[in-house]
Amino acid sequence: MNESEVLVKVEGLSKKFCKDLKTSLWYGVQDLVSNIRGNKNERQLRDKEFWAVKNINFELRRGECLGLIGHNGAGKSTLLKILNGLINPDSGKITIKGNVGALIELGAGFNPILSGRENIYNNGAVLGFNKEEIDSKIENIIDFSEIREFIDMPVQNYSSGMKVRLGFAVAAQMEPDVLIIDEVLAVGDLGFVTKCFKKIDSLLPKTAVVFVSHSMPMVSRISTQILLMEKGRMEYYGKDVAVGINSYYKKFTNNTTSVLLDDGSIEDFAFEILTDNNIVNWGEDLNFTASFKNNKLKQIPYISIGIYDKENRPVVLMRYDEKKVSISKGKIRLNFIHKKIQLSRGVYTFNVIVNEKFNRNAVFRVNNIQQLFVECDTESFPPFLLDTTLLDVLYEK
Amino acid sequence: MQLETKIYQKENSLKLTKQLKESIKDLFGSHFLAKQLAIRDVRSQYRQSYLGIIWAFITPVTSALVWIILNLTGTIRISDTGVPYPIYAFSGTLIWSIITESINSPSSSTNAARGIITKINFPKEALVLSGIYKLFFNSTIKIVLLVIFIFIFGIGFHWSLLLFPLAIAICVLFGTTIGLFMTPIGLIYNDIAKIIRMGLSFLMYVTPVVYIIPKEGIMKAIMEINPFTALILTCRDLAFGTATEYLGYFFWIFLISVALFFIALMFYRISIPIIVERLSA
Repeated sequence: MNESEVLVKVEGLSKKFCKDLKTSLWYGVQDLVSNIRGNKNERQLRDKEFWAVKNINFELRRGECLGLIGHNGAGKSTLLKILNGLINPDSGKITIKGNVGALIELGAGFNPILSGRENIYNNGAVLGFNKEEIDSKIENIIDFSEIREFIDMPVQNYSSGMKVRLGFAVAAQMEPDVLIIDEVLAVGDLGFVTKCFKKIDSLLPKTAVVFVSHSMPMVSRISTQILLMEKGRMEYYGKDVAVGINSYYKKFTNNTTSVLLDDGSIEDFAFEILTDNNIVNWGEDLNFTASFKNNKLKQIPYISIGIYDKENRPVVLMRYDEKKVSISKGKIRLNFIHKKIQLSRGVYTFNVIVNEKFNRNAVFRVNNIQQLFVECDTESFPPFLLDTTLLDVLYEK
Repeated sequence: MQLETKIYQKENSLKLTKQLKESIKDLFGSHFLAKQLAIRDVRSQYRQSYLGIIWAFITPVTSALVWIILNLTGTIRISDTGVPYPIYAFSGTLIWSIITESINSPSSSTNAARGIITKINFPKEALVLSGIYKLFFNSTIKIVLLVIFIFIFGIGFHWSLLLFPLAIAICVLFGTTIGLFMTPIGLIYNDIAKIIRMGLSFLMYVTPVVYIIPKEGIMKAIMEINPFTALILTCRDLAFGTATEYLGYFFWIFLISVALFFIALMFYRISIPIIVERLSA
């Protein structure tokens, strides 16, 4: 079998939707009639319609994974539905080779009254297995789901996590050529998510995967190419995963500062980064200052400075030695420097806590007080790009 | 190994004959899925009920009882039916309930599966087939009940009784075909289901369900044209071993239903993507 065969080919794909329910239903009836006659006409937008998916093109080979990202409502799910053959496109063409497996909603068709075991048969049948296949796989399915103890209990008493476990366990038995995954791993505990990823990893070399998720770490972990959608259109498509993901993050630059704590000990707190437009190049020094008007503090406060990445995960806590010096009322300014910044390219935000002393008695706390843009030639997804030197190369004896 | 290639695009590029062939292939290929869905529905329905299987025939039995009481008390006068009136009324309402259930079956099966048709791609013909399986299950209970009544009321066994289940199967086919044509639009507008329900309750009075065809007048003409008359009377005649007057008409209905069934199925198949588009939750 040719390893580089194109399994999914999408050309100029478009799909329109209607914003108004009544009109939408009426168009549905019209489409029913015109569909029977074949309807070869070019489709134009009718009143109250919009393009939910417009002119999408991509190719996916065996062993590749397309990360499909974008805002809520960017058209990702619609695209998946067309790929899965649930709805027909309004123009363009999809060519898919081989079996298509979809992890779109796990445990679809579970009946709440019936037991987990009975539902395995139903769900398996819906996914296209026959009785013998399910009989031979049922033990694997129960083991994979790790809920053997409850397998004969009605599904209505399962937690949502347990339902997802069971649903994934059944779906994981598929051996598709093309696998479509839509944000299904959000539920389920960490152990199970890890297990699911292991399973997906084992399928990956034999499969072409389309993966939709809002979790960029997951996307960057398995994708070999990125398609960023915005209002139904392709905003970025390419093999450079980091570039795709960073253009996604740029859509969410949020710069609203929020003060979480202020007990009046200080006033007019300001925090500034001393570069043009808060941009710093990788490897350069970062100078910044904190200033405030002191009302009640007796000693120089300890300022705890945290840097958060675009996923709002804490990546950095800045450490400096506390100076135990008394201060009086009035305007005070603290100057800082961090040498040779090694954060990778991207956007970061500063969260600041002013403490009376090191780790003691917070008097003022503010989130998102400044944004920092790190520029670098190398685009990478992990938050740090640590400067490393190759010392020498030796032949081992 | 050659991989199966699927092409999705706007036109139904496939010819109708090809669609029909695929549709029939999927209908028979989805036997296991259909069986599984039918078992699921029957089981869950009875597991959550105390009276269980009684619900399968309680409606026709009570509506027959109403007519029997009206007749016994002399509130209405019904012309002689040839057999004891209670068994005439019971057989009528039982067969009628099978036909109406068949008409509602495709749309109720599809409606109940909204959750999966908008998420998973599977042969939708399985939904129709599972509806037919459920009808067969319910009809079997009703037939057994009717046979018991036949012996209780002393009509006794006739060889034609053996053909009765076959005639019922044809009623199911007829009803399902009508239902299948209604389903695509019925799923978009729920007015359709209400109109059908209302229409059927009127239709019952122009069909010899609980009384016989009058000797003359406009009602006689309407009843004789009405295809439901042929279905009900032929089933009943086979069950009671009386002469079958409408056998020819019945046979035509059967042939036409078979042909229309496959056309309806194809219509259903090509309509599903449009319905999914309008329903998608």
